[in-house]
Amino acid sequence: MTATAGYGQALDLITRVGGVRGAMLVSAEDGIVVAEQLMEGIKGAAVAALAASLSTRLRRAMEAAGVGASLFWHLQAEQGALLVVPTPNGILVVAVAEPDVNVGLVRLELLRAAEVVG
Amino acid sequence: MADEIKKLSSQLAQDPDSLVFLRLGELLRLKGQFDAAHRVAVTGLERHPHLADAHDLYARILADKHDYERAFDEWDMALRVAPTHVGALKGLAFLYFKIGDVEQAAAHLEAAQRAAPDDPGVAHPAPLAPVEESPAPSAQPLDEARVFAGLEGAEEGLLLLDASGRVLGGALKNSQGQDVTDAVAAYLAGVSQEAARTTKLLGLGKWTGVAAEGRLGHVHLTAPTGDALLLVVRDRAVPMGRLAIIAQRAAGAARRWLEAHG
Repeated sequence: MTATAGYGQALDLITRVGGVRGAMLVSAEDGIVVAEQLMEGIKGAAVAALAASLSTRLRRAMEAAGVGASLFWHLQAEQGALLVVPTPNGILVVAVAEPDVNVGLVRLELLRAAEVVG
Repeated sequence: MADEIKKLSSQLAQDPDSLVFLRLGELLRLKGQFDAAHRVAVTGLERHPHLADAHDLYARILADKHDYERAFDEWDMALRVAPTHVGALKGLAFLYFKIGDVEQAAAHLEAAQRAAPDDPGVAHPAPLAPVEESPAPSAQPLDEARVFAGLEGAEEGLLLLDASGRVLGGALKNSQGQDVTDAVAAYLAGVSQEAARTTKLLGLGKWTGVAAEGRLGHVHLTAPTGDALLLVVRDRAVPMGRLAIIAQRAAGAARRWLEAHG
């Protein structure tokens, strides 16, 4: 299986969850989209850059606070959410979701996708 | 029941990530072994912090132990994770009955009925006796000088910043007891604006919080006002739902303090 096909399958795991509007793999270092499955209208490149920036700040703050690197983070908003799992090899697995999404289920699928991505 | 408890305990020992802790915790609770049920539920929650059923189980155990405030927090968290979770809706209805808020109790039961119309426990809820006093804690007077006075973790796990990362109140210490306030504050400068830009780009409206799991602890960020940022840090033993509740209470204190000192 090629890496690209593997990435597609990883994103499929996430987008199958009800209430998920899209999923992306993002390079944590430079905020570039590695792979994406997004509903129309979502600006993937911009979201990727901001997710990477937020993730970096959070990771540094959490390490400084002594709670270790982030395993999962969840940006909550009035009309939706961004859910992110950073992988050890520098990829962020990102989901964009509706506000009433089952966060636990999305988290599980993000973690599963992160294992596929490596 | 004893055989099943033994079997489930063995399964859980072999596979600590297994979801059998839900059934095991419930059986122990039904048997009246609340301390053992409590341990199983807390360990399960540490491994599955976003599982609504785990919060529901923990809440039922806490309610059995008459720890109604924390039970409320756990059922509230279950609903944040799964907004139509029937167990949590029924649990909250029970607690609202207990404090005499019949209107809220009825609203939660109706929501449970809509989510599970065939559930006999929802269609015919058991009558609940009113209680003499509310379990809700009394409000703490706000200390003029310290923003988080009276709140749990005020001097080592709560931090209030302005938009530029300047510390307005609270303090953070790491597990070795070292003060890490300024280092953490520096990294968080600008997070509020970035969170706002991200949610705007995605058409998600106003951001309300960032919850994050770390290897050794959890953090919750929220914006008590447009310019300020509040950070709550706790170790992994504190469930994410409880952290959100602590953040909510601290945000209220921060808003009052900012209004008084702004």
